[in-house]
Amino acid sequence: MQANWPPHALGKEPEMSRKTALYQRHLSSGGKMVEFAGFEMPISYGKGVMSEAKRVRSSVGLFDVSHMGEIEVKGTDALRFVNRIITNDANLLKEFQVQYTCMCYPDGGIVDDLLVYRLPDKHLLVVNASNTLKDYEWIQDNRIDFDGSVLIKNTSSDVSQLAVQGPASQSVVEKLADFDLNEVAYYWSRYGRVAGKEVLLSRTGYTGEDGFEIYCNPEDAVHLWDEILEAGAEHQIEPVGLGARDLLRLEMGYCLYGNDIDETTTPLEAGLAWVTKLSKDEFVGRDALAKQKEEGVRRLLAGFELSGRSIGRYGYPILVQGRSVGFVTSGNFSPNIEKTVGLGYVDVKCRKTGTEIEIEARGRRIQGVLAGTPFVKGTSLRR
Amino acid sequence: MSSIPNDLKYTKDHEWVRVDGEVAVEGITDYAQTELSDVVYVELPKVGTKVKMNQKCGTIEAVKAVVDLFAAVSGEIHEVNESLSSAPETVNADPYGEGWMLSIKMDDESEVGKLMSAEDYGKKLKEAGH
Repeated sequence: MQANWPPHALGKEPEMSRKTALYQRHLSSGGKMVEFAGFEMPISYGKGVMSEAKRVRSSVGLFDVSHMGEIEVKGTDALRFVNRIITNDANLLKEFQVQYTCMCYPDGGIVDDLLVYRLPDKHLLVVNASNTLKDYEWIQDNRIDFDGSVLIKNTSSDVSQLAVQGPASQSVVEKLADFDLNEVAYYWSRYGRVAGKEVLLSRTGYTGEDGFEIYCNPEDAVHLWDEILEAGAEHQIEPVGLGARDLLRLEMGYCLYGNDIDETTTPLEAGLAWVTKLSKDEFVGRDALAKQKEEGVRRLLAGFELSGRSIGRYGYPILVQGRSVGFVTSGNFSPNIEKTVGLGYVDVKCRKTGTEIEIEARGRRIQGVLAGTPFVKGTSLRR
Repeated sequence: MSSIPNDLKYTKDHEWVRVDGEVAVEGITDYAQTELSDVVYVELPKVGTKVKMNQKCGTIEAVKAVVDLFAAVSGEIHEVNESLSSAPETVNADPYGEGWMLSIKMDDESEVGKLMSAEDYGKKLKEAGH
């Protein structure tokens, strides 16, 4: 049996796996540890992936996401530089506001998807764990030709990150915060104290539920973890691993780099035109994307639902009326809607919701239909 | 450390076998269910199907991966565990007990001798770094 979780994070150069500050907590909570993007991370704990994914949507879960990368951009021209390398418009950000965006190569292919925080003293880029070094080098390369004053730092090893996600998230974190969480709107952040420790907190997440991402000093991570679990006990809070994290984002139709987006896909194809502001000042990839928009994309990322429980996995062909029109990029069983769902690229001509499809899976055909995302409706997401 | 009951036999594909007279009961090991993570579907052969040792006879669909199930011995499918269609997670919860998958009426009981002992299976897992 091959350990394939998820495909893009493995198969790299063998290196010493790093541990987050919460490693011992994962072990003592019964975490099943796997190597992910160079880190020893919990895929799940005792009750399993499905149970954890249901817990988050029914009440609240706690994630260690310290493996994610943090890159700081400072200096008088930081905003202009950031706006040059991202597809979204950083000029729209007010202080403490956060936005989701891509970074693209000159040909429009995606370097990474990330969050950008505009903070009083810097812009903070939060990137995928599997791409941190690549992104840092990419950003440094782009600085070479940039005519301005900017300082770029990879602070990933000095930052731990916890995520509290689920409808009861605010009830849990407000017990520990020294500020009013109602003042932190969706995709906004602030500095403050949680459980007595200085943190950066944002109302953001990768699950589609209400929740918070909390950035802290690694020395404070264990204390925060323990305090959050205690504060959340009345809401049956549980630690949740990367396996459930992947199911939750899939249920929302959120992209995962390496599966749904990579250097061969553009934001326009991936349904990310909404974070691609072609009318702003010059940014890397703009010309290629503007051209693609003018000519029209040839394929689009689409959601699908399948009959039965066979899972459509990465690379499986998608057929319409017997003809291959694309391929699966993500797929799994959704415990929260009890259906097998997935994402994949299909020919733009077949993209319509309701189109009947077949997935070719290991020599057999699974019936399905193109569907809109998110697959799970009525979550606690606070817009 | 995964559990490897001493009274069972094992295949190289991480299946276990319990001999019950002329019938060999089969499932997947604790190591296998741990590696697969949550099982969402088990496709089992029809009762009466003739199988040969190491022939693919089913599929196990799990969150992490989809893998083939192989017949541990040659013979005829005697029984399959119907309860797995409504509760596939039983394979994770109780891989050696309620999570059994199928049983085979053996053609040749001596084939069992070709399977690994618990000790050998444990060694194999250790050698592979598990």
